Amino acid sequence: MNSSDSAQSLGPSSRPAAATLEFRDATKRYPGQSEPAVDHLTLAVPAGEICVLVGPSGCGKTTAMRMVNRMIDITEGDILLDGSSVRERNPAALRREIGYAIQQIGLFPHLSVADNVATVPRLLGWPKDRIRQRVDEMLELVSLDPHETRGRFPAQLSGGQRQRVGVARALAVDPPLMLMDEPFGAIDPINRERLQNEFLRLQREIRKTIVFVTHDIDEAIKMGDRIAVMQQGGKLAQYAPPAELLMYPANRFVEDFVGADRALKRLALQRVRDVDLWKAPLVRVGEPVAEVRAKGADSEVPYPLLIDDAGRPLGWLSERALMGERVDGELRSKAEPVLDLEDVLRDALSALLAEEAQYGPVVNERGEVVGVLSIEILAHALRTDPDEVPSGADAV
Amino acid sequence: MTLAQVEIRDRSDTCEANNGFCPDWIADNFDRYVDPFFQHVLLTVLAVGIGFAISFTLALVAYRRRWLISPITQVTGILYTIPSIAAFFLLLPITGRGNDTALIALVAYVLLIIFRNVLAGLDNVPADTKDAGRGMGLTDRQLLWRVEVPLALPEIMAGLRIAATTTVGLATLAFFAGAGGLGEQIFADITFKSNVVVAGGLAVLLAAVLDGLILLVQRAITPWTRAVAAR
Repeated sequence: MNSSDSAQSLGPSSRPAAATLEFRDATKRYPGQSEPAVDHLTLAVPAGEICVLVGPSGCGKTTAMRMVNRMIDITEGDILLDGSSVRERNPAALRREIGYAIQQIGLFPHLSVADNVATVPRLLGWPKDRIRQRVDEMLELVSLDPHETRGRFPAQLSGGQRQRVGVARALAVDPPLMLMDEPFGAIDPINRERLQNEFLRLQREIRKTIVFVTHDIDEAIKMGDRIAVMQQGGKLAQYAPPAELLMYPANRFVEDFVGADRALKRLALQRVRDVDLWKAPLVRVGEPVAEVRAKGADSEVPYPLLIDDAGRPLGWLSERALMGERVDGELRSKAEPVLDLEDVLRDALSALLAEEAQYGPVVNERGEVVGVLSIEILAHALRTDPDEVPSGADAV
Repeated sequence: MTLAQVEIRDRSDTCEANNGFCPDWIADNFDRYVDPFFQHVLLTVLAVGIGFAISFTLALVAYRRRWLISPITQVTGILYTIPSIAAFFLLLPITGRGNDTALIALVAYVLLIIFRNVLAGLDNVPADTKDAGRGMGLTDRQLLWRVEVPLALPEIMAGLRIAATTTVGLATLAFFAGAGGLGEQIFADITFKSNVVVAGGLAVLLAAVLDGLILLVQRAITPWTRAVAAR
């Protein structure tokens, strides 16, 4: 009980925002089973990073995660949280310091949203006013309206809202480490995508150390700063950042698990802003044709792109538009697809293919054209090591 | 006052002489049922209360020590199957005539019902809810009282309702042990329809009211069970 008392007096603000986590030959053996569930797992998670444990079912990823907060006891080896062994901690006190979110969310159905979020603060004996304030803060953090949701029961929430409450509850005492076991597993694909993006945005703000378990390699690549691929028998097959995993799978198992489309998956790791865009002649209606021809000479894209006064793309000009002295507005085709600097390359490629287009104008947050993305650029990006791609496109 | 007339009437009137259903007689003689009725209420409430205390404790103990479930079920099962009249007569030489004897038999009878319902309620608490609770640092005791028992309340209350209505019925036999109650009235003049209808009717009414009361309490303490998709 000592440790929970000290957590109470310290409060969340004076604790470190994120902890380092280290598995040292952590092993779990169940009596009567020849193979260990987790076999000498060694890996380190730097503070503030998301480490994804991924692998087929039965690979021991959940067991490994549950050893961290001693929901499962370690047979051999150790796990260090901020340098000190979790084996020496009182399990209940340890768990109160570690955020915990699981697949079925596990909200308490008999308690209101506010009471659910207040669970750990109450265990730590926070004063009532502070708890009430904290609950509202947490609900706002996960984009829920406190006035509307506070008094509801979990049964009155949508799946996505329940998920958010689960995250708010796990974060309530600002834990330096979060454990998440397939937190988006029970959510339909469209909402899952949204929640993942929301969570990544949230993580940029809170910078927690997170252990994230999933069986879905795409989710792992999207969420992870580092990915630990585990295989049958609780063995670690590879531990690497997503790009490295996709470029250099350590063995046949990882290669198969990552999938035959791993080259395409790498496109999901880069955004349009990360590649060198091409230039196209940008023209406005009424401009002298001679100038347009001159612009075309030092552009990679042979077709002039018509823009409006605000610099927004209107469409690709037809040859006929350049027949006279000055440019008129006749278009060969519309500018579809218009891509955003923030789009990931995979989505950009998909948009180009869907429009059967070879080029797509890229716009910044104000909608102004800043360059053109082509199929060739994407093909080039696939051949390059993502780490070597210079960031910050400054074409046009 | 009409009371003067009442006392003139007796069983020599035609309706009562025929042992029929006589509203006038019922209206005039209702007060003789009041004391037995409250005896009956007391017996039922005490039996269910004590039975609940014992079987709830047994269920909590057996929930954590699963090996106890089978012996407890067997013992309470045997108690449940002993005909209650036989139980009264078996107990008479030991505990004598009176409330105690009746109570012991009635309590013995409800143990199985409540024990099984409490245990079923606890066992039906979703595993992921328990896992989340433990994962957030609730101790076993905190988990039990803050999560498992509250979530088991609907089943626990359902057990209480069955126990209460059953006990109202069984308590009509309690007069064999000398504990009075509505049963004593019924058997005092079992051929007279008016008497049987009133005493029996009160027992049925009592069962219905107790059942309704427990249901009301259940609704009050389990608000979440009705909070479904109010969006």
